[in-house]
Amino acid sequence: MAKVTFETDLCKGCGLCVGACPKGIVKLSMDVLNAKGHHPAEVTEPEKCIGCAFCATMCPDCVIKVER
Amino acid sequence: MSVVFEKPHALTDAVLHYCPGCTHGIIHRLVAEVIDELGIEGDTIAVASVGCSVMAYNYFNVDCVQAAHGRAPAVATGVKRSDPSKIVFTYQGDGDLAAIGTAETVHSAARRENITVIFVNNAIYGMTGGQMAPTTLPGQVTQTSPYGRDVEKVGYPVKVCELLSNVDGAAYLERVAVNNVQNVKKAKKAIKKAFQNQIEGKGFSLVEVVSTCPTNWGMTPQKALEWVDEKMIPYYPLGVYKDIYAEEEK
Repeated sequence: MAKVTFETDLCKGCGLCVGACPKGIVKLSMDVLNAKGHHPAEVTEPEKCIGCAFCATMCPDCVIKVER
Repeated sequence: MSVVFEKPHALTDAVLHYCPGCTHGIIHRLVAEVIDELGIEGDTIAVASVGCSVMAYNYFNVDCVQAAHGRAPAVATGVKRSDPSKIVFTYQGDGDLAAIGTAETVHSAARRENITVIFVNNAIYGMTGGQMAPTTLPGQVTQTSPYGRDVEKVGYPVKVCELLSNVDGAAYLERVAVNNVQNVKKAKKAIKKAFQNQIEGKGFSLVEVVSTCPTNWGMTPQKALEWVDEKMIPYYPLGVYKDIYAEEEK
């Protein structure tokens, strides 16, 4: 079981984490705007997360913390 | 449950000013992770350049000097020589290192100054709004080459690693990229080696990181990563260009 937490207000919605996720479960939440006015990234199906931290590796803004 | 990934201590809490998807943030983090892993945070001095990374002093949790455009290796030389116990690195873009700072770069390599240079190559002048840089690819469209870079008129791109590999003083030169997870991991290894070389007194180490500029390339961040694979890496091949200690280590 892995846990991924996003520092949502730091996210710039660039989507590099979305492209990096091997399970395809990181998405931009299109119905949410953060403090910066971007659509922040989120994990849609947390139970499928394998904790590989690929999303965090590609995140330019250190938004993502991964625990496993 | 243990933490497998979080923000490194050597980065401050300041919010990066870079555009969404700019890989400067990844490279900052890699440098900070290496500083953490080597336990050199209190002994490291950064020299920031001019360009998008001009405000690097806000982001690294180490003492910083801001150098005039292109002069970071010269300033780093002074800092390192005045206190050789400190770990000194410069963080420069292509408009800084490969254009106005070419002389400083070549001569600090020739003198085998014991410094580490992180060179971010995104083939364009980012901060000033996307003008053609010395590293802009042939045919690449920028604000000042709207029909694509015409090599007949403005010449060919400068390949820094290849150029410096002919300088006897350069100790370690490697070109890496940060366009996917595998390359990011390789980039971190190269950056760590460049810092370790300095700790061991091995001399001038430069890591060229092929980076992106989604805003000025006019692409989405994801498309920019693909463009690195399709266009940048074929022109700027990745790999170790020089490692004078590689033979000894075998």
